Amino acid sequence: MSRDAVLSAVNLTRHYQIKGSPFSKPATVKALNEATFELYPGQTLAVVGESGCGKSTLARVLTMIEPPTSGQLTISGHQVSLKEGQRPPAALRREVQIIFQNPYGSLNPRKTVATMLEEPLKLNRKEMSAAERRQAALEMIAKVGLRPEHADRYPHMFSGGQRQRIAIARALMLNPKILVLDEPVSALDLSIQAQVLNLLADLQEEFGLAYVFISHDLSVVRRIADDVIVMYFGQPVETGPAEEVFTTPRHPYTQALFSATPVADPNRRRERVHLKGEPPSPLAPPPGCPFAPRCHLATKECTRLDPPLEHVNERVAVACIHVDQAAARYAVAG
Amino acid sequence: MSQLILSKKSSQPAPGTFRYQLASFWSDFSASRGALVGLIFIVFILLVALFAPWVAPHDPAMQDRSALLVPPVWHAEGSWNYLLGTDAVGRDVLSRLIYGARYSLSISAMVVVISMGVGIFLGLLAGYFRGWVETVITRVMDVVLAFPSLLLALGLVAILSPGLTSAMIAIAMVQLPYFVRLTRAAVIGEKNREYVIASRLSGAGHLRLMFNTLLPNCMAPLIVQATLSFSTAILDIAALGFLGMGVQPPTPEWGAMLANAREFMGSAYWAVTFPGLIILLTVLMINLMGDGLRDALDPKMKRS
Repeated sequence: MSRDAVLSAVNLTRHYQIKGSPFSKPATVKALNEATFELYPGQTLAVVGESGCGKSTLARVLTMIEPPTSGQLTISGHQVSLKEGQRPPAALRREVQIIFQNPYGSLNPRKTVATMLEEPLKLNRKEMSAAERRQAALEMIAKVGLRPEHADRYPHMFSGGQRQRIAIARALMLNPKILVLDEPVSALDLSIQAQVLNLLADLQEEFGLAYVFISHDLSVVRRIADDVIVMYFGQPVETGPAEEVFTTPRHPYTQALFSATPVADPNRRRERVHLKGEPPSPLAPPPGCPFAPRCHLATKECTRLDPPLEHVNERVAVACIHVDQAAARYAVAG
Repeated sequence: MSQLILSKKSSQPAPGTFRYQLASFWSDFSASRGALVGLIFIVFILLVALFAPWVAPHDPAMQDRSALLVPPVWHAEGSWNYLLGTDAVGRDVLSRLIYGARYSLSISAMVVVISMGVGIFLGLLAGYFRGWVETVITRVMDVVLAFPSLLLALGLVAILSPGLTSAMIAIAMVQLPYFVRLTRAAVIGEKNREYVIASRLSGAGHLRLMFNTLLPNCMAPLIVQATLSFSTAILDIAALGFLGMGVQPPTPEWGAMLANAREFMGSAYWAVTFPGLIILLTVLMINLMGDGLRDALDPKMKRS
């Protein structure tokens, strides 16, 4: 790629230690395993997968809430070296901000909208006067589609969609380059979802933002994403441009995930790829490929080795030893 | 009908303003009759204490040798000069009660301020940093809690030498664990909320997160605890006074008044009854008010 990546992750891994008690051994939960990707300005990278697959852990690592256990994270050319419990360095926290899923928990109930928006400026732009901060907050309020009189109200006076707009405004106060969106619309009504997504698209265009869009709503992802990472059990199983991944999913898990998305077309008949069983327990990972116990293509070989992510063409990479077979079957079924 | 409702609504202050919050707080608070009665009584006592020199008929320390143990005015031997009678050395009981309110209330207020201030600080530290900080603080508080409160206060006063200041410090110490535990629990509950993480990501340091972000969201239970511990402080001060370890004579203090009049309980009930009654009433009213405060401040109790 000719352009410089604004964020790049190499083998990003996050493990959690679970303390042992007299009745159980200490264990390690591999919440995020060897995630590698790059993000470019103005692009949207979507991370999809079912609950508990490590999407939110990825968000916490990218926003430097938690340090990675291993692997490299580079943000705007700066290598991040963070220790446990440490605050992200001032220069970097301006670059990355996060929008949380639940707009009811992400706003301080005791502060007015203006106070909340001014806080990042107060802490990071010491040269600004109170009047300038207020002005900046009002401008941002207008930008996210709220009215000036909303500035002095408290969060409980707003609806979910409005709260999410406030959260977006707060995240943008420091002009970040990267916004991590942790299921930003899944707590909202369908009609509000579209509004917030449109707002996000407008803001991306205006500020040249790079989005890491974490979601399990595939129809939303298909509409807004440039690239997609499909995660299963803490590791990416398929990555590539959204268009290609959506039209020709190659990993059996991706196929199953997509075939579970409802399509608004009563005449369309499609064979669904059904998944058996539950995701494996993170405390007792299965041997070999973590998807093998639920995979309809699994063979003995699958339980022996965990397949690495391998490029099937220039831009798409899949972690499955039966890629060709899976792709062929999907083409026939689809 | 609908017009009526509309016009009634428009007279209310606009949402979002401080006045609106105050108005909604007041409507919740005054919904409880007991809380209102408590508030009125406390305001009355406060005013009386504040204007004691003008309200009290006599000097509280003046001894009228010609009128020892005079009964209250409604007895045959009572006199209008001493409405609630006199004690064994001829001091006016009413005046002493009025002046005593000054001591009881101000000492209790000091106790609450000290224990709440220190308690909030320690509780914030414990809840925010967890780990060994929390272990040390909570263990020390557990030790304090393990003693019977009055015994501990007595011991502390004995070490610090009897007097007003040491009684205050001792009782503040006894009240401390409740504030620490309450703050710690509230902070732990709030600490991992997303707005705190968002504030941290925008660069807020430890102090800002503790005092600016977390503390305001933990205040509701603390305010209620403050009113409750205010009444406990009055009781404890009175108890210390009764045992002779608190306020020293001739300062008029409710507990000390009780103690001094104890030997005449059989012959002159008034010298014992009225200090006891005023302690009881004050504590009761403050508790009533505290309950009302809790209902008005706790969002979970709020009717929407």
